[in-house]
Amino acid sequence: MGKKDFFDKPKNVKKFFIVFYISVIISLVAELFIHKHVYFPWEEYTFFYASFGFVAFVFLILIAKHILRPIVKRKEDYYND
Amino acid sequence: MINSVPPALIFIIGALLLPLFRRKLQIFYLLLLPILGFINFINIPEGLHWSLKFLDYNLILVKVDKISILFGYIYHIITFLALLYSLHVKESVQHMAALFYAGAALGVVFAGDLITLFIFWEIMAFSAFYLVWASRTKESYGAGLRYLLVHIFGGLCLLVGIVMYFYETGSLEFGFIGLKSVSSWLIFIGFGLNCAFPGLHAWLPDAYPRTTPTGGVFMWTFTTKTAVYVLARGFPGTELLIWIGAVMTVFPIFFAVIENDLRKVLSYSLINQLGYMVTGIGIGTQLSLNGTFSHVFCHILYKALLVMSMGAVLYRTGKIKCTDLGGLYKSMPLTAIFCIIGAASISAFPLFSGFVSKSMVVEASAIGGLIPIWFMLTFASVGVLEHAGIKVPYHAFFSHDSGIRTKESPPHMLLAMGLTAFLCVFIGVVPGPLYSLLPYPVDFQPYTASHIVTTTQLLLFGILAYVFLMRAGIFPAEMRATNLDLDWFYRKGAQAFMWFISKPGSTVMQVINKIVFNEIPTFLGWLTKNPILAIKIMWDSILLLFSIPEKRKEIEARLKTEKAIYPGDSLAPIPVGVLVLWSIFFLLLYLIIYYAKGYI
Repeated sequence: MGKKDFFDKPKNVKKFFIVFYISVIISLVAELFIHKHVYFPWEEYTFFYASFGFVAFVFLILIAKHILRPIVKRKEDYYND
Repeated sequence: MINSVPPALIFIIGALLLPLFRRKLQIFYLLLLPILGFINFINIPEGLHWSLKFLDYNLILVKVDKISILFGYIYHIITFLALLYSLHVKESVQHMAALFYAGAALGVVFAGDLITLFIFWEIMAFSAFYLVWASRTKESYGAGLRYLLVHIFGGLCLLVGIVMYFYETGSLEFGFIGLKSVSSWLIFIGFGLNCAFPGLHAWLPDAYPRTTPTGGVFMWTFTTKTAVYVLARGFPGTELLIWIGAVMTVFPIFFAVIENDLRKVLSYSLINQLGYMVTGIGIGTQLSLNGTFSHVFCHILYKALLVMSMGAVLYRTGKIKCTDLGGLYKSMPLTAIFCIIGAASISAFPLFSGFVSKSMVVEASAIGGLIPIWFMLTFASVGVLEHAGIKVPYHAFFSHDSGIRTKESPPHMLLAMGLTAFLCVFIGVVPGPLYSLLPYPVDFQPYTASHIVTTTQLLLFGILAYVFLMRAGIFPAEMRATNLDLDWFYRKGAQAFMWFISKPGSTVMQVINKIVFNEIPTFLGWLTKNPILAIKIMWDSILLLFSIPEKRKEIEARLKTEKAIYPGDSLAPIPVGVLVLWSIFFLLLYLIIYYAKGYI
């Protein structure tokens, strides 16, 4: 593991995240300049999709971690087959 | 008359001829076969072909219309790519099974009647089963058997349904069926099992992760998409399917979050993707059905790409669990790039294929005013991003460095993945050719500013949430574990059944065995030596039990002599009167039964 690869350098990781945050901001700003084509009233709220994406993701993870996993998790060799 | 053969035959006969070729020629033969099949297929005009008289029934081997043409295209393309990907496999039987499987799937999508459909349906189950077994591990052995058993059950439902359906309607033609009577429900369940309806889905995450790296590409494609095809033909516009589909999009994403085996994550992801297609069938409008079919096309490609990249990881490292992998981009950079293209396509980023197909179904639900369905589908889109968009590429190729250093995938795998990746991007950028294949006229514009911005926001903020949860340490760590699914009921159920059979069951059986095969014959043997004296002995034994003390001595003495002389003179004359009495008794009984029957 002598050779340092792309993501081994913190500088590159940092660059990656800067690009990511910039695109996040662009996607937000872009919404202000476009005409949204909507089917439901709630789609008209500014940043509806952004907030939905964030909340849905957190909700999904929390349910999976705190409700589903405790119910279904067993040892790896549970079935022993 | 046309100069073609039924599309299924090219692959099936091709498979049978495969062993005749030497290994080096096999490579060319395998690549040539789907091309030959494709040329044959595009030369078949629309309409009904090859009708066969079987007994009194008219079988139609091939029915070509816009829907089956679309499936014909994608099935030939994917067979070519999957065969290219699996060229290194030396075992001819695996190639044969894969070709049989692809051929049978083509057989189903071109079947014009239900009997032809059923026969190819079963060939599909058996050839797929071999692709699970070919891994030759203990797990794949059990999983393969369970796969076969579940599909035989589904096939039986289908067969009984078809027979009843024929009895009711007098027709074997495969067209719109619709949920009406028991027969249509049985057919629906038979189809639904292959489509991994919730509750009938457990075979999929059980068997698919155990296939060989190459067999997986076939598995992830054919069985389920063929089921989507038959549902779209037999049950379009069935309202129940809207809900079944929406549930299918949502419940697997929770399982995918906590799953450690990356190919199992892709199995849950498959159910989720099928959900969109099934919902589209249920809505049943032209837009939604177009959405279903275009999604079938795109999905086959990007899911194959993801399965290929994970197959390459498994092939090179022998590992497929999140906890074992990481940092592979260092040794397999191209595979990593292809995997990311597959991930971006399935997540439906603009310029990738998922973007131009999935949105049709979601939009169809919005136009239909199906508010809860729309929310479920949109929520599930975020789920797809989590498990297929982030988890699969991140844990295999990035994450913490597992220290594994291996070689890049072999050239033929890279070529197969490269071509598939190209198609994913091509369809995403230029959706026109795909739309022209769809059965209904397409009045849908994916690249509107509104659609691009809203989708990008949804996805980028999903990723932002991921970054946030990771940094906050809330994101659940990957763990080595078995996560239960509904297969628990038959896996543990079978164990419990076997325990019951072997422990209390066998004791009971031994007792029954002893009574039936030992004691009763001995008794009968004893009885028939001299029935009259035997009855006397039994009578006296009963008397002895209930006798008053004064009489007991007398009975005991009599019993003793009777037992001593037994069997005695077995030919003691039976009075004729007794015989006549018995004969009359039985005749009377017969008479009563005979007449009573008329009144029951």
